[in-house]
Amino acid sequence: MNAPLLVTPVPASGCAAPPILRERGQREVFCGLTGIMWLHRKIQDAFFLIVGSRTCAHLMQSAAGVMIFAEPRFATAIIEEKDLAGLADANAELDAVVERLLARRPEIRMLFLVGSCPSEVIKLDLSRAAIRLGQRFAPQVRVLNYSGSGIETTFTQGEDACLTSLVPTLPAQPVDAEASLLIVGVLADAVEDQFRRLLAAMGINRVAFLPARRAADMPAVGANTRYLLVQPFLGETARALENRGATRLAAPFPLGAEGTTEWLRAAADAFDVSDAVFEPAIAAPRERANKALQHSRAALNGRRIFFFPDSQLEIPIARFLSRELGMELVEVGTPYLHKDHLAADLALLPEGVQLSEGQDVDRQLDRCLAAAPDITVCGLGLANPLEEHGLTTKWAIELVFTPIQGFEQAGDLAELFARPLNRRALLEV
Amino acid sequence: MHLTVWTYEGPPHIGAMRIATAMTDVHYVLHAPQGDTYADLLFTMIERRGKRPPVTYTTFQARDLGGDTADLFQRAALDAYERFKPAAMLVGASCTGELIQDDPAGLARALGLPIPVIPLELPSYQRKENWGAAETFYQLVRTLAGPHMPAPGTDRPARKPGEPARCNILGATALGFRHRDDVRAVKELLARLGVEVNVVAPWQAGAADIARLGQADFNVVLYPEIAGLAAQWLKRAFGQPTIATVPIGVGATRDFITEVARLAGVDATAVLADETSRLPWYSRSVDSTYLTAKRVFIFGDATHAIAAARIASEELGFKVVGLGTYSRERARDVREAAGRLGLEALITDDYLEVEAACAELQPELVLGTQMERHIAKRLGIPCAVISAPVHVQDFPARYSPQMGFEGANVIFDTWVHPLMMGLEEHLLGMFRDDFEFNDGAGSSHLGHGAKPVIPGRSEAPNPEPTTGLNADDRPDDRAHPVVGSGLGPDGPPRNDGELADKPIVLSWAAEAELELKKIPFFVRGKARRNTEKFAGERGISPITVETLYDAKAHFGR
Repeated sequence: MNAPLLVTPVPASGCAAPPILRERGQREVFCGLTGIMWLHRKIQDAFFLIVGSRTCAHLMQSAAGVMIFAEPRFATAIIEEKDLAGLADANAELDAVVERLLARRPEIRMLFLVGSCPSEVIKLDLSRAAIRLGQRFAPQVRVLNYSGSGIETTFTQGEDACLTSLVPTLPAQPVDAEASLLIVGVLADAVEDQFRRLLAAMGINRVAFLPARRAADMPAVGANTRYLLVQPFLGETARALENRGATRLAAPFPLGAEGTTEWLRAAADAFDVSDAVFEPAIAAPRERANKALQHSRAALNGRRIFFFPDSQLEIPIARFLSRELGMELVEVGTPYLHKDHLAADLALLPEGVQLSEGQDVDRQLDRCLAAAPDITVCGLGLANPLEEHGLTTKWAIELVFTPIQGFEQAGDLAELFARPLNRRALLEV
Repeated sequence: MHLTVWTYEGPPHIGAMRIATAMTDVHYVLHAPQGDTYADLLFTMIERRGKRPPVTYTTFQARDLGGDTADLFQRAALDAYERFKPAAMLVGASCTGELIQDDPAGLARALGLPIPVIPLELPSYQRKENWGAAETFYQLVRTLAGPHMPAPGTDRPARKPGEPARCNILGATALGFRHRDDVRAVKELLARLGVEVNVVAPWQAGAADIARLGQADFNVVLYPEIAGLAAQWLKRAFGQPTIATVPIGVGATRDFITEVARLAGVDATAVLADETSRLPWYSRSVDSTYLTAKRVFIFGDATHAIAAARIASEELGFKVVGLGTYSRERARDVREAAGRLGLEALITDDYLEVEAACAELQPELVLGTQMERHIAKRLGIPCAVISAPVHVQDFPARYSPQMGFEGANVIFDTWVHPLMMGLEEHLLGMFRDDFEFNDGAGSSHLGHGAKPVIPGRSEAPNPEPTTGLNADDRPDDRAHPVVGSGLGPDGPPRNDGELADKPIVLSWAAEAELELKKIPFFVRGKARRNTEKFAGERGISPITVETLYDAKAHFGR
């Protein structure tokens, strides 16, 4: 029960990659628009305007639950039949919508025009609209655009697309700037503060986060920027940062005690922090994380888990569950697998693990039912039907909406998986 | 372009899904981009279905657009047929599918499947969910019942003497507000009248049942928004009259019974004499006197809004001050109902207009959808839900119809309940500083030791399946009167006046207090108590950020 974790050194790059089952067919996944749910909570003076159909508005309302009633900073400009008739007209309509919106919400400093399937298919050029509107509302409001359409993005890739659109607008660092660390990806504010404190304890004080909490505070970037990804789904953002001269620090993702340790170690190594400084800085929180993991270990050890693809978080989470909680991986599905960014996590997966990329949902359901795993991670469209089949499920979207990164959240992350199993054991009827 | 945050209805293909999901052996193949599968969770989460909706989405992506999306559609349709072996197939496109101009109807026909394949033309940029449901049901009925039509000019064969009358019950769908229980309530009424039910559709019907619709003597339409179109066609094709009265409320239920009895040729005297609704007596009992002329604002789909207006004015003695609908297709009916009450109907699908009307009228009770529930909450007005769209709590486990005599009982309780709370809130306002009546004391009908009422909210936030996010923090996160005493807004409710004099000697470092604020308000109280217990047992003071997390690790969640 209280066995210490055996942490093996992380290889510099992924060793022999495990075999990947690649499938195409019907995909039971969200589109990138759903990223707006957490992006708009993070950037406090940004507004997200989807240019789409009633379906897009309906999706946002279904995914947002009660948030829709809190004057959220997102909305949909619903394309109507008259907009489909002629494009010039659609641009004038969009301008009128934006004008009304900004008049009603004067506190907005950043406006994202978010493309959808319908707007992409009718080739409504939102990048030109963003330039046009940006000139009109400068300097008060900065107008950016990206696509969150289902034809281009899956679920969390919406965040990637949004941050990618931000990168070119970031201020440039002076050429002679001291090296700084940029942490990339939306984190809960509390987790951000924890990381800031841990890094400060190691003497790393030039730390910034992308995105920042306010439009005016977005970080500078340049050749002396070292960046760490907190999320595995930021491929395009990373590429854009590298175009600005930044360098990625390779690390596993900061999930669990081990993942967080290795992720911080990557920063420590890059900033020449000695072990004598690094170890004491993380000893207490790492110990806490290991202690918190004990609460779930009995429920999870030796249990078999199956992941349907959802967020790209599946591989790092599977690594955490197998290494730190002794779970057995039946199949780890992911919508998209970024080999470079996941190299460190892949290297830590058990030998011979079955990975799958993409989806043919009916075939995958057949495999899942045949394997009869102890717990299945899947979307809300599949969870109750699988429960009805007698399987225990954990709905995946919570892994994106809940703070799970870092030492202090390791126990919470484990508990998300232990709870459905404990519940199943509790219920007598 | 129309700027919106909230939409009362989904796009029309959601209406088609509601028909397919209600049925037992019909599959829907939908030409739609990746991501449109979000709609599945409306059925699996909000209605808690244990089965996936019978829908195959082609889920095309950008890389498919250059190539052959038509081929993709055909493969999806063929795979769906092979896998599910449905008795009939619906094919169509979602809003994006409509734009790429493949032809699902032609493509499906070319496959030559050995089952009826029904193409759906659902114009996504003009029409909405209920229209989509009505159109889908109509096309299904026409295709499957059409071949059994009598030859033109032939009359319906008369019923043999002694044979009971038979009817169809039409309109109940998946994701319908109380459809499950309304079907049961109406079936029970018909059974008491000695009328046989031929087919219930689309609710739990198969394609073969749809083919048998023509065998009934008449049709009962529960929800005209959904089954009105099909019933009109059945009247033309089979000469079946339609029962136009929707039995929501005591008066409407009596009218319904009378109308059914007339069509079925039975005597309804006994059934009417043996009325099982308690609403009339409850409404007459002296406790209800305070309901007289309470000003009520009503908004919802046309069927429920019209029914609610009649109940409110004739059965509960309220004064209806506003009546409206988002069902543009039935605007005329709602205008008529409003006219009878001396009102101008509000016909809109813009919730901001509804909110403005509500704010201007300042009613004492709002009857509406999930959206009006939130509008009312914001305005601090009691509210009950009478119509879709609704959240998960309005698909209850218990039997709670809106129709028939039991439906009237349910309605009486549901509408009056928030007013009881409203009265109590009024007392709270009057005695704000009283030691027992205060913001921190829970509502009495929620029992003692209930969670404190969150100021500005009349109920706890709904635990939505889709919000793991921190909702906005408590609107007025006031400073704690005594830090660490558990008397702040997230402390336990207090029922004694003594504790205030004896604050627990525990202090929080400012930074730890700020860290605590980052925890969502609905678990913050627990985190605070756990941390203080942890610190108290160990003699730690002040509580630091480290203590907070030490305690968190110690207790787990």
